[in-house]
Amino acid sequence: MSVVVEHVACPFCGCLCDDLSVEAEGERVVKVRRACSNGQGVFREYDPSPRRPTLEGREVEWDEAVRAAAEILDAADSPLIYGLSSSAVEAQRKAVELADRIGAVIDSTSSVCHGPTGLAMQAVGEATCTLGEVRDRADLLLFWGCNPEASHLRHFRRYSAAAEGAQTPNGRKDRTVVAVDVRPTDTTAKADIFLQVDAGADFEVLTTLRLLVAGRTPAADAVGGVAFSDLTALVERMTSCRYGVAFMGMGLTMTPARQMNVAELFTLVAELNAHTRFSVLPMRGHGNVTGADQVLTWLSGYPFAVSFARGYPQFSPGEFTAVDMLARRAADAAVIIASDPGAHLPARAARYLERIPTILLDHGSSVTAEMARIVFPTAAYGVDAAGTAYRMDGVPIPLTECISTGRPTDEDVLTQLLEAVT
Amino acid sequence: MMLGIIGGRVFDPRNDCAGEVRDIWVADGRVVAAADVDRERAEIIDAGGLVVMPGGVDIHSHIVGAKVNSGRKMRPEDHRGHERARQGKLRSGSGLTVPSTHLTGYLYSEMGYTTVMEAATAPLAARHTHEELEDVPNLDKGAFITMGNNHFIMRCIAEGRLEQARDYVGWLLKATRGFAIKIVNPGGVENWKWGRNVEEMNDEVIGYGVSPRQIVGALAWINDELGLPHVPHIHGINLGRHTSARTTIETIRGLEGRAAHFCHLQFLSYGKGAGKMHVSEAPAVAAAVNAAADVTVDVGQLVFGPATTMTSDGPIQYSLHRTTGNKWINDDVESETGGGIVPVLYKRSNPVNSTMWLTGMELYMLIEDPWKVFLSTDHPNAGPFTRYPQVIKLLMDREYRRAEFDKLHHTARKRALLPELEREYSLNEIAIISRAGPARALGLDRKGHLGIGADADIAVYRELKDKEEMFARPAWVFKAGELVARDGQVVTEVAGRTFFAAADYDEDIETEIREYFKSAYTVAFENFAVQSRPVKGAAPIACR
Repeated sequence: MSVVVEHVACPFCGCLCDDLSVEAEGERVVKVRRACSNGQGVFREYDPSPRRPTLEGREVEWDEAVRAAAEILDAADSPLIYGLSSSAVEAQRKAVELADRIGAVIDSTSSVCHGPTGLAMQAVGEATCTLGEVRDRADLLLFWGCNPEASHLRHFRRYSAAAEGAQTPNGRKDRTVVAVDVRPTDTTAKADIFLQVDAGADFEVLTTLRLLVAGRTPAADAVGGVAFSDLTALVERMTSCRYGVAFMGMGLTMTPARQMNVAELFTLVAELNAHTRFSVLPMRGHGNVTGADQVLTWLSGYPFAVSFARGYPQFSPGEFTAVDMLARRAADAAVIIASDPGAHLPARAARYLERIPTILLDHGSSVTAEMARIVFPTAAYGVDAAGTAYRMDGVPIPLTECISTGRPTDEDVLTQLLEAVT
Repeated sequence: MMLGIIGGRVFDPRNDCAGEVRDIWVADGRVVAAADVDRERAEIIDAGGLVVMPGGVDIHSHIVGAKVNSGRKMRPEDHRGHERARQGKLRSGSGLTVPSTHLTGYLYSEMGYTTVMEAATAPLAARHTHEELEDVPNLDKGAFITMGNNHFIMRCIAEGRLEQARDYVGWLLKATRGFAIKIVNPGGVENWKWGRNVEEMNDEVIGYGVSPRQIVGALAWINDELGLPHVPHIHGINLGRHTSARTTIETIRGLEGRAAHFCHLQFLSYGKGAGKMHVSEAPAVAAAVNAAADVTVDVGQLVFGPATTMTSDGPIQYSLHRTTGNKWINDDVESETGGGIVPVLYKRSNPVNSTMWLTGMELYMLIEDPWKVFLSTDHPNAGPFTRYPQVIKLLMDREYRRAEFDKLHHTARKRALLPELEREYSLNEIAIISRAGPARALGLDRKGHLGIGADADIAVYRELKDKEEMFARPAWVFKAGELVARDGQVVTEVAGRTFFAAADYDEDIETEIREYFKSAYTVAFENFAVQSRPVKGAAPIACR
């Protein structure tokens, strides 16, 4: 007998599309309507069968695993808590409470994706809007160093290029789409205009655009591999559109100049508001990475890379970021929540996780699970647990318990750890 | 748990008690009659020689939610050097003008405040507001919901369907667990999405053909129809501009007798002086307030030092960014509202900042009835709430006020009225503007007083000559009868409640709203209402 749940939000990426219909039979999802292929995988490939935690590879009772984890944390001088971006706000709040209690360093996957975006925002601010404003108003879209057609598969249709809105009733026909990237991508293929910049040249292209918006004309035939005439044409479009929106991704944050690239784009967007209205949105990856930023900020004042080691929050990217804590061997125990640093961090940092006692809370199998001393198989928020996640534009979206498995949540385990640590 | 606070000088203006020595008895979190307490088992606080007041009630403060959190995130420089270490079960935190959530609760407790209203929440971000409110301890709270640029409401007004707008507002307050109707720059925030603003009450909102005057009038009517506990909470048009005093007076008179609260009035009481400099028009604005029977205000007193301006008023924040060159956040919110954030440093050497300080002080001096004017700094817009004790001292001590006035920029001092205003607030009047008055305006019957049945939110102060010192460090603070702060230091955490307005409305409107959601939002109707997940501590307040 199957049960169908409507208006389900997909927890996979920062789009958090909340129009899914999920059909379940017992503990398995058998059909998902309206989800993209990434979203299908979240539900269809979910395996809730692991129920018991493992301690050094052998299955143990929950209480024993909680006790062992608490002993690790009690013995640690410099514990690291990392991940958070595929968990729910409820668990993120508990994770920060645990970090505060045990004097840990806490960091989210933000630090390896849009961390530099946060630093740019701290430097120059951010003129932004919700995705509904993009859908309803934007007649010019700029995708810079991001590729939603590969990573956020329903973004174009629901929110941006092809979405139909109040001032854009004809969807794609009512917008001009410009893509800027170092190579052709699925996104650039669908753009009206593709500006291919030389690798590493984003900053000088952005600076040139700022000069042109300010009415100055640099003497150059091309900048960063882009013909000068293409840049002036783009500036003409940007200053004369009704409402422009730029989306940016890791092509800006994880290439040389990092936060400087982003700050330059954010400044350009702010300056365009002297001519028309313009906003910018980071194309956030994981389903609730925005929530991790939000929760850490409301509880500590800072969005990521926070140390509670001195009893109060300190913020230091490059020092308290997970990659740096691990690569410098500054952590002596780790709690990993709903992420796979073993697979995704640079090798030196990832390998160090094997050398220290690592506690993992996750709903699936992973490289980190192979390395971890203790693994708690937890529910997946949005599949077999309810919670809240924040969309890439900061809009909070409820996640649904589509199947009932009785698996404990990350919040449950973190609450148990808070009770067990001394 | 039972408690007796014995022999203190009690300032309980709502119950006409202005400093008489009385005992206050508490059981189960409420004030009770002496006969209802077993004295053998009660904890007894000897308040002899001390001043006993109801816990402070802040009617307007930006403490949580999407905008506040963006302000926190943008300002690491605000937090460094303003940290609080964890202590036992008390959490750590940071922030001067935009403190983290737990620290916000602690700092309010340490001043003797027990109830605070979050002043502006976009409906779409209400869930965020409530999640943060759950992490603000030691306070009862509520969230005002921004409606002055709401598409559904503006369309109803344009089509002459006010009943539907009323039912929509009833639904919206329920869906967002909101406490009151907030109006911010009516129509101007929508026009900002087109790069414009409104300047006059009869200007047109692009795409809707309605005016700021119609929006304010409709929402004031709706507020009455629904019988909401609070009145419409209005941040009018032209904030910060030298036309603001004129349009503020026009807005007050345009209410035609309907009740309303005008927030941070200081920011909306300027005129144009010589050389286009801002001047205080406090006398004219105060006269309009004095003449309007059902109008209350909070001042939004400027205090010199760092502040973080944050409002739903997108265009004013942009113009502040252009004026100061400081970093700027803007956030346009679909179908509802917008907002912006700009950090500022208020300096006496800046003639406009000095004029702003002066305008606030003159409003406090010239609005005659203390039941109509409340203490606020529009935290963190005109300065952080932690500066309230200094504002109290300015109101109670005219010599101090005169000394502070003398430090202002000479342009602001020129032709200023303030030196002639000798009024000094009494302790009873302070209890009115920071407790009894705001509680009454909010319609919170159990707040702001110490009569039988009131919530046992109580602050006990040592009477000191220096009123700033006095109000910065209460000897005892009780929240629902629990000791939460002692000698100006928070000692424990208790969970607070979140009040919301439970209004009756015709639920048939939900059919139309459901349909509206398909085009107006990128979020499903079913996922919009915060009650799909319970709000911890949610407490309904009945409507009249």
